[in-house]
Amino acid sequence: MTQEGWTRKDLVGIADLSPQEIQLILDTAESFREVSERPIKKVPTLRGKTVVNLFFEASTRTRSSFEIAEKRLSADSLNFSSASSSLSKGESLIDTALNLQAMAPDLLVIRHSHPGVPHMLAERLPSGVINAGDGAHEHPTQALLDALTILQHKGRLEGLKISIVGDIEHSRVVRSNIHLLNKMGAEVTLAGPRTMMPVEAEKLGVRVVYTLDEAIKGADVIMMLRVQLERQSRLAFPSTREYFSLFGLTRERLKRAKRGVIIMHPGPMNRGVEIASDVADGPYSVILEQVANGVAVRMAVLYLLAGALQEAA
Amino acid sequence: MKLVVRGGRVVDPSQDLDGVLEILIEDGCIAQIDEKVKGIRGAEVYEAHGMVVSPGLIDMHVHLREPGQEYKETVRTGTLAAAAAGFTSVACMPNTAPVIDNRSVTEHVMKEATEAGFARVFPIGAVSKGHKGEEMAEIGEMVTAGAVAVSDDGFPVSNAELMRRALLYAQHYDIPVIQHAQDLDLSAGGVMNEGEWSTRLGLPGAPGSAEDVMVARDVLLSEDTGGRYHVAHLSTGRSLDMVRRAKAQGLAVTCEVTPHHLLLTDEAVSESGFSTNTKMNPPLRSERDREALLNGLADGTIDAIASDHAPHHADEKDVEFSAAPFGIIGLETNLSVCLDRLVRPGIITLNRLVELFTTGPARVLNLPVGTLTPGAPADLTVFHPNRPITVRAKRFRSKARNTPFEGWRLRGRPVATILGGTVLSRPTK
Repeated sequence: MTQEGWTRKDLVGIADLSPQEIQLILDTAESFREVSERPIKKVPTLRGKTVVNLFFEASTRTRSSFEIAEKRLSADSLNFSSASSSLSKGESLIDTALNLQAMAPDLLVIRHSHPGVPHMLAERLPSGVINAGDGAHEHPTQALLDALTILQHKGRLEGLKISIVGDIEHSRVVRSNIHLLNKMGAEVTLAGPRTMMPVEAEKLGVRVVYTLDEAIKGADVIMMLRVQLERQSRLAFPSTREYFSLFGLTRERLKRAKRGVIIMHPGPMNRGVEIASDVADGPYSVILEQVANGVAVRMAVLYLLAGALQEAA
Repeated sequence: MKLVVRGGRVVDPSQDLDGVLEILIEDGCIAQIDEKVKGIRGAEVYEAHGMVVSPGLIDMHVHLREPGQEYKETVRTGTLAAAAAGFTSVACMPNTAPVIDNRSVTEHVMKEATEAGFARVFPIGAVSKGHKGEEMAEIGEMVTAGAVAVSDDGFPVSNAELMRRALLYAQHYDIPVIQHAQDLDLSAGGVMNEGEWSTRLGLPGAPGSAEDVMVARDVLLSEDTGGRYHVAHLSTGRSLDMVRRAKAQGLAVTCEVTPHHLLLTDEAVSESGFSTNTKMNPPLRSERDREALLNGLADGTIDAIASDHAPHHADEKDVEFSAAPFGIIGLETNLSVCLDRLVRPGIITLNRLVELFTTGPARVLNLPVGTLTPGAPADLTVFHPNRPITVRAKRFRSKARNTPFEGWRLRGRPVATILGGTVLSRPTK
């Protein structure tokens, strides 16, 4: 079941992947896309494997996507969310993880609000660990499904101009995307309010601009980020109305865009805050394709990691 | 009871001494120091050939966790760690439970230290009752009981008026006010330095300006009041510049830096894979800040190196990075990391290092130690300037293991500690 060129038991981030590894995941995902189009959407690839979805932070889209991917690969999956876990009883993360490990799962899919948690578990546990989002750090499968979506529309990543707009500071999506797009030769521009731009962002190898128009101009892809209203403890902007006037993507603004531009959003969207409904639902939007590709990418990652684990055993 | 220490290179910046000298100790005090001391008949002899002999080292910023958090450290284990590492004196911070904010808690710490007998302990009392930053603590009572300074360390004195009054009042006792300089609004939520690495790691950052605005304010208050002001664990280039200017102006402003801020940067959080032993407050700063601190060591702006020895239980540190408590231990790595990473590459001289661990802190805190002048307490540190050592936390005498220096291979190590004329540890081969 192993795939040539893949030896990792974990996928904790894009930062340490090689362009070849990224390409391998994308190629594998492309081949899994077809499964979801079958009348019987199931292959026996991960039969007898146990996958635990360990979600310490609320998630609907990502968790469902992983769950569907697992089911389509015939894995046995278990959902574990913080509300129903022993964490609320004061158990430490490590103890929770060790207890789960004692039940010998093959793979753990983990989301946590603290950066570094997947790395911590990957180091300690023999199971494979997939990072499904760690704080504002990384969200590797999101970047991969974004790349797959871009590839389907543009046929390449190299040389593309990609603008990522909005709440950069709180976004794990943006960090994984920067790593991936840089490694694959795209040119990334970040745009957002100065109060939501992390310091020294240029050092990540991106261009930083502070107006939406500059971000739109010449871009092949515009990726709008969700304003993480629940995390705005530091008063980054005075009102959502004002935010929309500065950085909300509207049809009017899009008139300046390059022909053939595609609009992406990792979801969930705040309609009328970072994106107008007629853009989100409009002809340039590929937002729902991103969601569909999420399943294929996660099937690919589960498949590759399970193969590497099998090899190691 | 006589002891002669001879054959070693004696370095005592308090007297500008550097040479092979003999030291005669009588009744716990330095009796003579000369090329050839007289009247050594019947004296025990400590041969220090090939070693450096300095005044007993002082760590002016440690947390002994007693009373209240004895599972992290005690006065006994903390001073045992000090003695094992060449430190004969420590000044301990008052953020215990209860807080060292009155005479009886101060006396308790002093009593524990005397009973343990491994190092001199100079308590630092709280500035405010319960270090709550509201009412001034009974500073005079604590000084009477042995306190040598006041600080709300762990927290800043945020209230400018309280700081102003503390700077005024502390002058009655001629003690410094030690500030943990941090603007809590600017640093809110921060778990590491704000910079490229916090951006890469997606961890909330605390900007260097959180320290700088507090130091700026306090320097002004020190100027207005004439009070002695000391910046604890100074970590930024800009704060250092302000201290440099204040000194040039003749103000009673001093500062200390930690070995970890001198040797590590915020990149270590990433390199270590989110190790919670790279998490402390103030956080590891940028390379630019680090270089500024090294300059401050060399040009004399920095008065002391202090560890901010902050023991935590392994269970407390073995958690998510953001959830872990701030702080690392340093007593048992101080000397070796500084010898290897500061003296060996020539950033500072051996004499300057000894100064930063002896006369420097002694002057800041007005301590009667840190010198080998005849009549002074016979506290000596004997160390080998380049014998190799590998940092192994499991061998520490401290209860805690939270060091970022685990596994570092270093040259230069403590050999013996002499406290009040008593040799506490013997050379090891």
